[in-house]
Order: sequence, then C-alpha cells, then structure tokens
Amino acid sequence: MGKRDPILRLENLTKYYTAGYVFTKQVCGAKNVSFSLKRGEILSLVGESGSGKTTVAKMILRLIKPTSGNIYLGGEDALKMDKKEYWCRVQAVFQDPYSTFNGYYVVDKPLIEAFDLLKKVKGVTYSKSEKREIIESTLEKIGMNPDEILGRYPHQTSGGQMQRLLVARSLIMSPDLLVADEPTSMVDASTRVAVMEEILRLRREKKMSIIFVTHDVGQAYYIGDRAVVMRKGEIVEEGPVKKVFFSPKHPYTKDLVASVPPLHKKWNI
Amino acid sequence: MARKILESKKLRGYYRAPFGVVQGVDGISLSVYEGDSLAIAGESGCGKTTLIELLTGTPVPLLRYEGGEITVEGYDILHIDPEKLRKEVKCVHLSYVPQSALSSLNPTKRIKEFLADMLKERTGKSYTPDEAKEMIGKHFKRLGLDTKLLDRYPHELSGGEKQRANIAISTFCEPSILLVDEPTSSLDVTSQRKMIELLIDILRRKIIRSLVVVSHDLGVLRQMCDRLAIMYGGRLVEVGKMDDIVAKPLHPYTKLLLGSLVPLEKKIKNKRLKSIPGSPPDLRDPPPACRFHPRCPEVMDICKKKRPPMFKIKGRGVACWLYAKGG
Repeated sequence: MGKRDPILRLENLTKYYTAGYVFTKQVCGAKNVSFSLKRGEILSLVGESGSGKTTVAKMILRLIKPTSGNIYLGGEDALKMDKKEYWCRVQAVFQDPYSTFNGYYVVDKPLIEAFDLLKKVKGVTYSKSEKREIIESTLEKIGMNPDEILGRYPHQTSGGQMQRLLVARSLIMSPDLLVADEPTSMVDASTRVAVMEEILRLRREKKMSIIFVTHDVGQAYYIGDRAVVMRKGEIVEEGPVKKVFFSPKHPYTKDLVASVPPLHKKWNI
Repeated sequence: MARKILESKKLRGYYRAPFGVVQGVDGISLSVYEGDSLAIAGESGCGKTTLIELLTGTPVPLLRYEGGEITVEGYDILHIDPEKLRKEVKCVHLSYVPQSALSSLNPTKRIKEFLADMLKERTGKSYTPDEAKEMIGKHFKRLGLDTKLLDRYPHELSGGEKQRANIAISTFCEPSILLVDEPTSSLDVTSQRKMIELLIDILRRKIIRSLVVVSHDLGVLRQMCDRLAIMYGGRLVEVGKMDDIVAKPLHPYTKLLLGSLVPLEKKIKNKRLKSIPGSPPDLRDPPPACRFHPRCPEVMDICKKKRPPMFKIKGRGVACWLYAKGG
C-alpha cells in the first residue's frame, strides 16, 4: 500500500435494522454511505440524532455487520480480517464513559488489556514493570497524574478523565484509525476542550487518522479537516470543513448551520 | 423601575443523604423583574437545577430548604401552606417546566384528557376532553402550535413537540414567571431553534411576565435572555447583562468558561482553546472561602480565607476578591 492511498474506504455501506418479532419491519440505519479517509486526516461526521452517524461508526468498528457494502482498511477487505487483528488497528472512544469501563475493575484494566491484544496479534510481550512504565509515561504525556488516577474505580473518576484514559489507550496501541463517537457529549464544558486537544495530539504525534462523530457543528469545524454531513442514513454533503459549514450547498446543511445558536451574535427573532 | 416578581435572599438548599450533606445551593440572592429574562448557566453539578427546584417552593425529597427567603408576587412561598401554594401560586403566578418535561405527560392519556383534569383542578368545574381541547386549543393556536397535538398520546409526539406542548400547558394560566430547566438539552438543533423562538415569543406577547431559563448551553441562553447569572459550586459568581458578560467577562471562572466554548465561528479554527485545570468541586466537602480558588489562575491569599461578597461593578455583580475596592 502506498502512502497516498486512503487508510479507510467505505463503499456503499448499507445497514437495515429489523424491528419487531412477528410483523417485522425494516428500518434504514445507513444507506449507500461511501467516503474515504486519508492518513493523518480528521473527518468530522455530523448529523442530528437518528441520522445514522453512530450506525456508520459501529460498522467501521465492526460491532455491527453491514447489510451490504464494503469496508477497506489500508486496501484490505476489513470484513474478512480477523477481528482481534482489526481492533489492533482500529480503536474507539465511545460516548458514555461510564458504560465503556467495567464498574467492577479499576480503570487500569483496559490499559493493561491493550498489551494483551498487542501480544496476541503482534506477538510483542512486555513484563509487568514495562507495562506500568509505558502506562505511566503515557498518562504523564497527556497531562494526567498516574499516581492519582491509577488504581481508582470508574465511579471515582470523572467523565473527562475516563475519556482521556481511552485516548491514552489509543496512544499505547497506536492504531491506524481512531473512531471517536461523540466523545465530548457527556463531558463537562471545562474539560471538553482537554479531550479534544488529546485527540488532536494523537494526530500530531502518531499521524493517526480519526473519525470524529458529533452533533455539535462548532466542534466538528474546530477539530476536523473534512466533514461529512448525514441525514436519515444518507450523506447529504461532504467536503473541507470551511466549505461545508461556511458556504454550504445542500439546503439541509444550510438549515443545520443556521440553527446553531451563535455566541457572539444575536438572532433576529 | 420595573415591578419585582421574584426575589430570593441568601437562599440555601442542601441534599441530606446517608452519604453526607451536599451543599447544592449556598447563599444565593437574586431578583427577577417584570419583562426580565434571566439565564442561569454553569457546568453540570454546579447547582443550577437545585436552585430552580428551590425557586418553585417545593423541593423534591433529599433536597431540603435550609434557610433564606423566596418571595413570588408577595407570597413567601417557602413558609405558606402547601395547599395554598399549589392553588394560589403555582400556575397562576409561577410555572415550572422541569428537565424531564419529556416524560411528564401521562403516557396512558391523550393530551386533551390530561388537560381536562388540569382544568378541573384550576377552575373547579368539570370539562369533557373535547371542551378542554377547545379551550386550550385557542391557547395552542396563539402560540403557533398545531391543535392536532391535543388528540394524540404523548408517544406519538416528537421530543420537540412534547417540549413545546409542555410550555403551552404551563403558560395556559398566564403566570407571572416561568421557570424552565434545560429546555433544549434533548432536542436537535432545528427543534432547538423553534423552542428558543417560542420562549421569546411568549415573553414578548406578555403571555408570561418574566422568564428564568437554566441551561449549560450558553449559545442557546444568549439568544433567549437579556440577563445572565453564572453559577459555580452552588453559588453565583457573576450576574449582569448578557451582552456585557459575553463581551467582557470579569470573574476568572467566567473568563475560562467562555474561553473553553467551541462556537461555530471562522476564527475558532486557529485559536488554541484552553480547558479549565482541575475538576469541579465535590459539594459534599467544598473548598473553603471562594469555591473556585483551587482552580483559579489569579488566586490570592484572601481567596482561601474569606468568602467573596458580590461586588458591584458597572451594574454587574462579581463575586471575586479581584474586584474589591482598593484591592
């Protein structure tokens, strides 16, 4: 694979959910979604609730199986790859940090499990002290105090801290692609920026490609290079963020941007 | 000077639970005047919802009124008979739309049937659902809402429709003051705009005399309200005109909070946004004196020793020792 090839390519990805038991009904989650992502690029996936952005994110993560269509990761057919191997190359930060972490274990657990996955797939082994050292240095790098955070249970940490721990996990694994599904929506305003800055750091330091799923147009503009706007499972507009949000072409995008309440201007109502 | 509709003085409300006492609201004084629209903003856990629940006069158990006064249209609502509060003050002078407004409609009844009950309670006469529909339908039309909504069950309405129906129901008796908690938090941006327009409209047309909105979304509050109160750790840190505060915040917390927002503006792309160091205080054991001092970049010695009062600066109130006279 050449360096200029896209890291991720979606081809007509479609998902229909089946609802009901006896009288089943097909509900469209995503329809003919195609886009590609270059190496080191951040793509903002924007849409209102029910637009299918999480469906697409979950299909990319292979947590749900697409009804039809293909996913290519670095030129390979992702749907045929071994799942463990795939998850070594694609990592995620989810919306609800409290359901991402297992409440029975300390927050170190997912970080240590990252090494198990690396061992299984890449065959690299680390000793216990090496693991601890890597975890501590990574946490320090993202501005967290390891002594303070390690050994705590999820209910003892804040949402923002947990999201940043997941970013730390991605730093350890250094995957090709990170799928961040609304990572800031359940985090306080004051720490929201910290989570976004850490995601930007992954791109800067690891040249990671990132899909940033959000409903917040301001955040999508701030963090993304390109944006994809979705509505009812279909892509309505795609392009560089500046073009999409400041000179939108599609009437829906125009509507969406116009409905975002600005901070420094008052609407004429 | 406009007539004062609501006034709270040194209001305190704590959650008393087995795990300790949470100082949700700790000494808040504010006034709402006729024609006023007050926004209360802050991060989650700063006590916004606690404050608005206390202002309704009937805090939900665990939350307890601990001291201070609230006067609504001359009624001392914390010390009057609860039945009198329910019959004479609620709905007539003061209406409250809670955050969980989406689930506050009865799921087993059509909205008109639910409203027939409400009318019976308010007027003492019985109404059939269709009579209720006719009466309230006029009010719905006045607010630009579809009267067909009244024939439906709550699950047949979208989130935005339910929320607007709730606002319409709670303004039916034309209360002097409407308290709204997070009116847009579970809505999409397009229904969010409709909600903002509706609230501005009812205030302009004097269906309600004043409005208090609690939200974490400053962009939304900016569009709706003329005055802004910023809360931190159960206390007010800055109160003043919305335009003034957004243009030039004075309190260090307000400065950092406004600096950490990501509005859709062209220049934001090249700006390096800053987060506020540390995390919000645990109100079971809040920091002494100024509650923001452990996170404040401009902290001084006095901040750790003495609670700052509200200093008046150019028509604004700022609870920060930086603005003490001569200091």
